[in-house]
Amino acid sequence: MTGVAAVPSRVMLRKLTSRRLRRPKSWATAIAVVVLGSIIGLVIFGPMIAPYDPNTTLGSTYMQSSKEFLLGTDALGRDVTSRVLTGGQTVLMYAAVATVLAYIAGLALGMLAGFVRGSVDNVVMRIVDVLLAFPTLVFVLLLAAAFGRGMPSIVFATALIQATAVARIIRTATLEQSVRGFVEAAVARGERTHTVLIREILPNIAPTLAADVGLRFTWSVLLLASVNFLGLGLQPPTADWGLMISENRGGMDLNPLAVLAPAAILGALTVSINVISDAWADKGI
Amino acid sequence: MSEHDKVALSVRGLRVVVAESGLPIVDGVDFDVHRDEVLGIVGESGSGKTTTALAVLGYASSGAAIDAGTIAVDGASVLDMTDRELRAFRGDRVSYVPQNAGRALNPSFRISTSFADVVRSPAGASKDKASSSLAAVDLPTGDEFLRRMPHQLSGGQQQRVTIAMALSGEPSVVVMDEPTTGLDVVTQASVIEEIRRLRTSRSIAIVYVSHDLAVVSQLADRIAVMYAGRIVEVGPAEQILARPRHPYTRGLVEATPDHTRPSRLVPMAGTVAQIGERPTGCSFAPRCEQSTTECTVEQPALVQQWGRAVACHHASETATVRPRVPIQVDERPCDAPVLEVHGLSASHRSRGETVVVASDINFELYKGECVALVGESGSGKTTISRSLVGLKIPDSGSIRFHGEPVPTRVRRRTPAQRQGIQYIFQDPFDALNPRRQVGDELSHTIRAFRRQSRRDASREVDALLDRVRLPKATASRYPRQLSGGERQRVAIARALASKPEVLICDEITSALDVSVQAAVLEMLTDLRNDLGLSMLLITHDLGVVSVVADRVLVLRNGIICETGAVQDVLAAPQHEYTRKLVAAAPSFVQLNETAYG
Repeated sequence: MTGVAAVPSRVMLRKLTSRRLRRPKSWATAIAVVVLGSIIGLVIFGPMIAPYDPNTTLGSTYMQSSKEFLLGTDALGRDVTSRVLTGGQTVLMYAAVATVLAYIAGLALGMLAGFVRGSVDNVVMRIVDVLLAFPTLVFVLLLAAAFGRGMPSIVFATALIQATAVARIIRTATLEQSVRGFVEAAVARGERTHTVLIREILPNIAPTLAADVGLRFTWSVLLLASVNFLGLGLQPPTADWGLMISENRGGMDLNPLAVLAPAAILGALTVSINVISDAWADKGI
Repeated sequence: MSEHDKVALSVRGLRVVVAESGLPIVDGVDFDVHRDEVLGIVGESGSGKTTTALAVLGYASSGAAIDAGTIAVDGASVLDMTDRELRAFRGDRVSYVPQNAGRALNPSFRISTSFADVVRSPAGASKDKASSSLAAVDLPTGDEFLRRMPHQLSGGQQQRVTIAMALSGEPSVVVMDEPTTGLDVVTQASVIEEIRRLRTSRSIAIVYVSHDLAVVSQLADRIAVMYAGRIVEVGPAEQILARPRHPYTRGLVEATPDHTRPSRLVPMAGTVAQIGERPTGCSFAPRCEQSTTECTVEQPALVQQWGRAVACHHASETATVRPRVPIQVDERPCDAPVLEVHGLSASHRSRGETVVVASDINFELYKGECVALVGESGSGKTTISRSLVGLKIPDSGSIRFHGEPVPTRVRRRTPAQRQGIQYIFQDPFDALNPRRQVGDELSHTIRAFRRQSRRDASREVDALLDRVRLPKATASRYPRQLSGGERQRVAIARALASKPEVLICDEITSALDVSVQAAVLEMLTDLRNDLGLSMLLITHDLGVVSVVADRVLVLRNGIICETGAVQDVLAAPQHEYTRKLVAAAPSFVQLNETAYG
């Protein structure tokens, strides 16, 4: 009878998929797609519809919401609406670059460690352990001190930290796949290591990867935002959501929207990406 | 009516459905089990036998629901009970022995704790009960044994513990779901003996579910054959096996290998219809030789005939079981061997200890020959076969292919050596990359060994699929869209893609249903004859050995203890261990010597 569970017929599979659409979870996914789409739209088209120049002082500091300034003004009397509309590009772009770099390094090392095992595994994983032992922000501070402030070293540091976590997850997933029949069949055929990794193992760890990629990206966004908040990354007067939170936190009681608006968008971005990547991972076999 | 004739379990009109869609998994099932009786429920995967067995406990697995019918145990209606009543009822009146005892026992509980969970009485009393139940299944009853953890027991002991737990509440009905599947033959034989003894000593009714007709024939008084959610034939075991009246039962009997009568098996056409794809009328009609239009229209009812009940419109036309035709052994020209193994030893290292799993293995494989490597789990047979294809590095010894030494590491081997020796994996569900279409998998393998254009490769894919008797359309399927038997055929096609000379088949039919197994074994024999392939067949099943192999190597604890021609070894085993193995292997003949002439 175990065979029945293991080999769903085509009809059963079709049923499973249609049931997935009926589950309440799919509503969450649909909402998340809309939210993420809006945020991306806002990031791309925001600068075009921004009512004012984000870096010009237009009013007094911390003005409350009004017809003229929809979200009020910030610490330097600049229009918060315009700054929110233009402040997304930096964070998203740098986070995407960091995530992609982290995946290139983490995937290669993790798969190699998990598949080849032995001393390669030991060396890679001990390096990963050492890097993971540092508190994230301290590590970024160290690298910033070593390579100088500015975005390249911050992005590099973020990528490096993320790569260690990616490598760990990918290694475990690879270990699990390495003992399966089709992988051994490829090894017995005499296929080269990279062929086995890319052809046989990679497609089968894709669900794990899918569940992880959203998490990595939001982590990168938050880390970069925190670094900017600490004043290590982007420098004023750049409009950036992370930076805005730090600049305007002194005026929380005067114009809370100057802090809440960028914070809410960062929050919505994080949650929606995670919901979507979870749904994507669920679809994997 | 005496106490022993009493009906302990009575099932009427049982219908279990998929909760979501309302499609029946099991439909219109009726049967009775008396005290002192074993009812064997036999069927292939998807027949609904486990669903039926679980329903007896008033239980349906998640996603399923008991929809209609009555189940009475000692007259008490199971389906009318409240949850609270059911909890008291399970264990006390009806109990369950699961298939995989190793997984059924909580790995972090001592045996005594597991018992206390079941017995639900004061600690002292539960211990007494545990001891007496353990004694009933021939296990030690001392404190030392009760303090053990499940992993400190052997597979057979674990299964006996679950049986003892099932008996501890002194139930009148015990449901056993494939309790010996996964056990070694010798252990299986002793557990079966135990169950037979308990039936009489405890006066209980046993429902014994199994896919293996030969095992069921060893202990069942009556057999119910299930197909696509219905009972198609039920009656006294000897009668059903000797003269099946349902064509499906006949097919099962003919497809089941029997090592005492080595013969060609007759595979059944087609596969079991899945839930939701079952035809109107008789579910077996699409696979049946004697089906008529009547069969495709009207569902046949179970009718009492010839001392059993049969659900077939043409039961009177069902032919007798074809006599088993002994296999003719062709004398094969013994020129130079294709594969020679000399002094092969291998070991595993675990927790700093080295465990020798194979030592000083010597054998040759000639062209067109099939050699079976037989042994129980842990005998080292898989390790030896993996060494041959380079997936395991042996400690010492040599392998020669056409007289040339073969390096142990797969990467050091020449392409011709890798191409010449191919391995087929045990588990067809694991052997194919779930993310690749069958055609892609095969053409990649072809191109891995031989430079070929994509078009030539795809033409060769068609030829390969044809060779393993799969339709061309299979090329665009993913493994999940195929049945177990189809997947195993694809795996065989992949091994053939390299045009090998030696095929190493590692338990390739053990995950398949008997009817499918028969077809795969028949195909292997044809491949051997058509292509002159040599085969090393790794198996624990002497029935399978008797059907396909020429010579047999009996492996025990990593040492070959007996070799010889299959007929000689099966008929007159020399080594003490082989004798035990042959005696323990299930066979129809042990049940009824006169049933087959």
